[in-house]
Amino acid sequence: MLTYVIRRVLISIPTIIFISIVVFGLQLLLPGDPALALAGEERDPQVIAELRRMYHLDEPIWRQYLIWIGKVLQGDLGESIRLKVSVGELVAAKLPVTIELAAMAMLIAILIGVPAGIVSAVRKETLIDYGANAIGLAGLSIPNFWLGIMMILLFSVHLGWLPASGFVRPSESLSQNLATLIMPAFVLGTGIAAIFMRHTRSAMLAVLRSDYVRTARAKGLREPRVVYRHALRNAIIPVVTLGAIQFGELMGGAVLTEQIFSIPGFGKLVVDAVFNRDYAVVQGVVLCTGTGFIFLNLCADLIYFLVNPRMRG
Amino acid sequence: MKRVVLSLLALGLLASTASAQQHLRIGLAEDPDILDPTLARTFVGRIVFMGLCDKLVDIDKDLKLVPQLATEWSWSPDQKQVTFKLRPNAKFHDGEPIDAEAVRFSLDRHLNMQGSFRRSEINVVKTIEVVDPMTIKVGMDAPFSPLMAQFTDRAGMIVSPKAAKDAGPNFGAKPVCSGPYKFVERVQQDRIVLEKFKDHWNAANHHVDRVTYQPIVDGTVRLANLRSGQIDMLERLQATDVADVKKDSRLKFVSMVGLGYQGITLNVANTDRGKNSVFGKDKRVRQAFELSIDRDAINQVVFNGEFLPGNQWVPPNNPWYVKSVPIPKRDVSKAKELLKAAGIPNPSFTMMITPGNEAQQVAQVIQAMVKESGFDMKIQQIEFATSLQMSQKGEFEGFQIGWSGRVDPDGNFTAFVSCDGGQNDGRYCNKEVDGLLGQTRSTSNFEARAQAYEKIAKILADEMPRVYLYHPTWFWAMSPKVQGFVPVPDALIRLAGIKLN
Repeated sequence: MLTYVIRRVLISIPTIIFISIVVFGLQLLLPGDPALALAGEERDPQVIAELRRMYHLDEPIWRQYLIWIGKVLQGDLGESIRLKVSVGELVAAKLPVTIELAAMAMLIAILIGVPAGIVSAVRKETLIDYGANAIGLAGLSIPNFWLGIMMILLFSVHLGWLPASGFVRPSESLSQNLATLIMPAFVLGTGIAAIFMRHTRSAMLAVLRSDYVRTARAKGLREPRVVYRHALRNAIIPVVTLGAIQFGELMGGAVLTEQIFSIPGFGKLVVDAVFNRDYAVVQGVVLCTGTGFIFLNLCADLIYFLVNPRMRG
Repeated sequence: MKRVVLSLLALGLLASTASAQQHLRIGLAEDPDILDPTLARTFVGRIVFMGLCDKLVDIDKDLKLVPQLATEWSWSPDQKQVTFKLRPNAKFHDGEPIDAEAVRFSLDRHLNMQGSFRRSEINVVKTIEVVDPMTIKVGMDAPFSPLMAQFTDRAGMIVSPKAAKDAGPNFGAKPVCSGPYKFVERVQQDRIVLEKFKDHWNAANHHVDRVTYQPIVDGTVRLANLRSGQIDMLERLQATDVADVKKDSRLKFVSMVGLGYQGITLNVANTDRGKNSVFGKDKRVRQAFELSIDRDAINQVVFNGEFLPGNQWVPPNNPWYVKSVPIPKRDVSKAKELLKAAGIPNPSFTMMITPGNEAQQVAQVIQAMVKESGFDMKIQQIEFATSLQMSQKGEFEGFQIGWSGRVDPDGNFTAFVSCDGGQNDGRYCNKEVDGLLGQTRSTSNFEARAQAYEKIAKILADEMPRVYLYHPTWFWAMSPKVQGFVPVPDALIRLAGIKLN
């Protein structure tokens, strides 16, 4: 177990270095001069020259990278050019919001997707299966921004039950915090629930056809026990991996959903930063989410390890 | 009876606490950048500064200068110095008094702080002299009349020297100014909260106790928030929602033509691409292009008639508009004649435009209009930061771009049209125009300046280096309980007089 964990952690290090180089390189491909984008409407040449100097934009690319990575290794992600706030502070402020939203969305996705997948597999080719499939297809194909605006119109404008947008920290009021997050989490969660449902269904169908399930049934085990104890445990493995990937994606910020519900998370931060060519923020956030993604994959592998005895051998 | 009196008293108490708790929530279209008047860049930040930081002078709805921290000001006879008399009873939010030394500190900060975005606005200022504790004199090497207009905005904002020295570059995280409202908290991309400053010189005229600014980027959602009562008013209502809001009896609609414009920069001499372009070859092609456009039709088709068509750098309702050069009528046959005379009957060019549906629609309408005169216009939509760079490098023939507008006409004009203007991306250059521009800057006399602008307008109507199309109107929507809001052409929300009923 320990050697496995150490090996997996060591493999992550070159991946993170690779991410840092890609992040740095990719934004150099962005057209448009960052100093010009930041100089404001006036485009004062003096201001532009000063911006270039302050943010080392006049240095060769490799030196810019070394300056940046050197600071990152000392725990300094740089400073947002637009907001004049340290990127570390911004990340620290947004991360809890994004984690909370992602966790709620995942919870909703699991609560809807996994049971729906199981039921539609067990009741294959019945009305329940067709119904679950139709809902799943809808969840996959309805665009987030549309569903979001429809929900706002229904629950906020017409019924007045939920705030239309904004975010309240859980420390201020837990009930209001949940009220502000439930709609965006639902919008994000339904899309993922559909993916979960389809994967759970196909994995369950494959497992339910296998020999050991037939054996279990032949032993006279009751159906719920066959399904939940024997079949689901094997079928759930690919769903765990999928969950980790989806969660990682949510951590990168759900751009459109955050925009619509004015949730101050990673997604809005990155979009603003890209349009304003605020490189330090883009680099810092992508590096953090990249590292987070690797960490989640590591967790998924470890969960595998616990769920699947064969990997322990 | 006693009971009745008591309950009446209780009701009265309730009513008074209710009115003491007036909380105005304003939906903003973007998240402001840093809240330091020296370092700030964005338009939306200026809306928040209106509550937070007083300026030397302000403008009213007719663009006239009105006192704020300076109660009087006067130009020296040679027009090279302005003397300000300061308001005697004004204080900063930290209780420090506002005196000439504090004003000198702030102007010096705007001019010399690293990363200042104000320097270019007031870099004509060469000397700042404290005459006495309540009088300050600002001197320039040469007369520059647009200076006063700069002091109506961030360059005229005075910050507490003590707080600014203590906080250094982090001042924007907890700004201390002297506006009618003081800073309480900010959650990035979520809200900025201000509360009433009881010691403000004009506190009696500010009825709201607390103001929360909430950035809600999506226009539809901003309106949904207003409809569901999450906010009390919003700025930049989408043009497509105007008709809906006007019909809705539960909402109030306010509009005002702004100071900015939308226009087309024609590349006449920037690199070989400009010199060899159809617009660079012959001014008659530029004249024909303008004559092919029906500005009113653009306004009707794309903006439901809500904007104001225009042909100059200031809107037709502005005091600086040159009335002797009115908007020309569309004239396709004359345009065709001009093209024939220039020997280019079918000029072909590419129009660069910025992202967004409206920009695209405007370009498509123009494309269809100029086609009738023989123009073959291609449209190229390019991401904003990239388009700016291409514009600067001269990699365009026509560039459809807007300008947010300034109080003094000089700010809408000189950088774009003077020979070495920083934003003159088409590289039009006419020494006569430059000379006239010098005249407009050298006097603060309205008539003298207006005469010079009239001459310029006539030259430009003939040479047509840029085509002005229309002036955007600002739209606000609010709950009917918001009373006393007065729109000003700079579109900043002034909180004086606003009440919640």
